[in-house]
Amino acid sequence: MLGVQLTELRAAEPAGAAAALDLAAGLDDALGDGLARLGAERLAALTDLAGAFAATPLGPALAEAVEKIAAGSVTDEHLATLAGARTALFGAVHDAGLAALDTALGRARAEWAGPATAEPAAAGPLAGCRSWLRELAIAGWRGVGRDLVSAVDQTVEALLADPAHRRLAVLVDGLAAELRAASPVAALESLPARRWADLWSRALLLAQGGGPPADAEPVSGRLLILGADAHEHGTAVQVQVHAVLEPAGGAPPRLVRTAVGAGKVDTITGPAVWRLLQHHPKLLTALAERRALEITELPLLPGGDLLWDEERATAAEPVDPFATARVLLPRAVAAPVPPLDRHPVLIAEPVLIEGYRSDGTTLELDGATLEIDPRRLPACGPLTPQLVRSSTACVGLLRREGDRWLLQPLALQATVKRKPVEAHSGDWALGVTDPKIAKAEARAGDPVTVLRERAGRLLRK
Amino acid sequence: MVVNEADTERAAWERGSTVRVVEPVRPRKLAKVPFVELAEGRLQGVVSSGSDPARVYVASIAARTHGFGCSTNNNRPCGGLGARPCKHLRALADEAVLQYGVDRVARYLHAEVGAEGDLLAGLAGGREAAPAAAVFSRFLRHLAYLELPDQRAPIPELHWFPAPEAVR
Ligand SMILES: [Zn+2]
Repeated sequence: MLGVQLTELRAAEPAGAAAALDLAAGLDDALGDGLARLGAERLAALTDLAGAFAATPLGPALAEAVEKIAAGSVTDEHLATLAGARTALFGAVHDAGLAALDTALGRARAEWAGPATAEPAAAGPLAGCRSWLRELAIAGWRGVGRDLVSAVDQTVEALLADPAHRRLAVLVDGLAAELRAASPVAALESLPARRWADLWSRALLLAQGGGPPADAEPVSGRLLILGADAHEHGTAVQVQVHAVLEPAGGAPPRLVRTAVGAGKVDTITGPAVWRLLQHHPKLLTALAERRALEITELPLLPGGDLLWDEERATAAEPVDPFATARVLLPRAVAAPVPPLDRHPVLIAEPVLIEGYRSDGTTLELDGATLEIDPRRLPACGPLTPQLVRSSTACVGLLRREGDRWLLQPLALQATVKRKPVEAHSGDWALGVTDPKIAKAEARAGDPVTVLRERAGRLLRK
Repeated sequence: MVVNEADTERAAWERGSTVRVVEPVRPRKLAKVPFVELAEGRLQGVVSSGSDPARVYVASIAARTHGFGCSTNNNRPCGGLGARPCKHLRALADEAVLQYGVDRVARYLHAEVGAEGDLLAGLAGGREAAPAAAVFSRFLRHLAYLELPDQRAPIPELHWFPAPEAVR
């Protein structure tokens, strides 16, 4: 990414995005107070929201939902309509942002050809989940206390028991943990209103159910890793690897991702989380040793996600991710975004930026500036603000928060004590390579082994 | 225009999608006290027995009243428990302070902490019946997360949960 591209991106702030987010904020504030006790101001905001959608296919349903909610009738259907409208607003903001980014980068993106909507499903834990989400909406975040949070425990257990509901289970568990930690929420001075409304609306849409995931296309070729992005809450960890696929047979390179994840507990965090992913030794080896992978007939979802399968992969020769980013990234075709994943938080586009100067929190390139995402230099890898400060080249993900672009470094080339240093987010996949931090980890002992021993002895009695 | 820093921070908190709501716990040795939580109005957890690997003690301290209890997972009262907390309760308090920091634990319990940072010294409650079975079952539920099958498909929602940064 060049300075002029960065300047172009920053100049292309999409018109209407701020207005769309303001409309969503009206709903977010209503969810704070609770739909059972909407004041005049909140009600006006919901009416504005319905007005903005009047000319769209969602218009009539949304107008009816707002009217009924105002009259005190809050049904699953009304709530799904509200969540749908909010999702459409963020979808539009996402699309405008991603289009601006693709234009600035000159990135080609394939057209979405997957299914648009999934079949609704009724029964089982999904109904339980919808009913909890309805209770939350009625009570409002400020009405949430310990009992309302605990009411979802059994639903989460049931959702976790079915791998088809893992996505919803992980989301709801993450939201419930935040509400539990914040309870009684009424005591909070101000609410993380957009965040909780984001999580609530996604949960509500996922809880409408849906058929099996979209058809996957089997792909083969060489997978060249750009870097690893780590996600974590108390009971889940996921590492999402961004890579360029050079398809066998010579088709143009494709930008893809593959994610592996596991259940965990809050006391397993930092570099220890890699131990939970040990069932994927080839992928972890490729990350730690910066190697390519040969893949054979690996399923690729329409949104660009490879479903990882160790049986269909072999670790290959070492390949420098900076070389991959320099040579292949400009030519790689990006995947289209599945309808439900059109949200600004889900923009995570790989870029290479070189020849900049940084103070550790922003970088400057030819007079253009870009903020470093302060939340995304995780403890499970070697990248730190100090290293960013002495770096001059970065493979990273461009991200969007509100009206800002942020850079999440995945790999850095830096000069430390006059020596060239290179560090990658996945360097510690097979164990910490920094002696000081490895020593501290060793002192703390291995939490995964301790808890697995406890589980082995106590769970199966 | 004068921009008030507190207002900016508040706006970022209210209008941010990826703000952090739960402070990540600090890593600690888990061998002696595998489970500690601030939940259901109590500091509660599980302490491994030093002598029998199949036995654990369930210890808890109530917020506000500071009543405390300790028993085995088979609901036998702890032999070391008297008018003062036993060694299991002491271990629970120490590990809770490591995991959450003394301020967060004290705030949850509504406890005053003395200059030496000794949490138990600031508690005025006495021995009381504790919900050992319920706490033990929460511990088993906690452990069950490690037995979940590996995740097969990507979870886009986890982009809302960046892995916590290091405290270095
Ligand atoms: Zn005891």
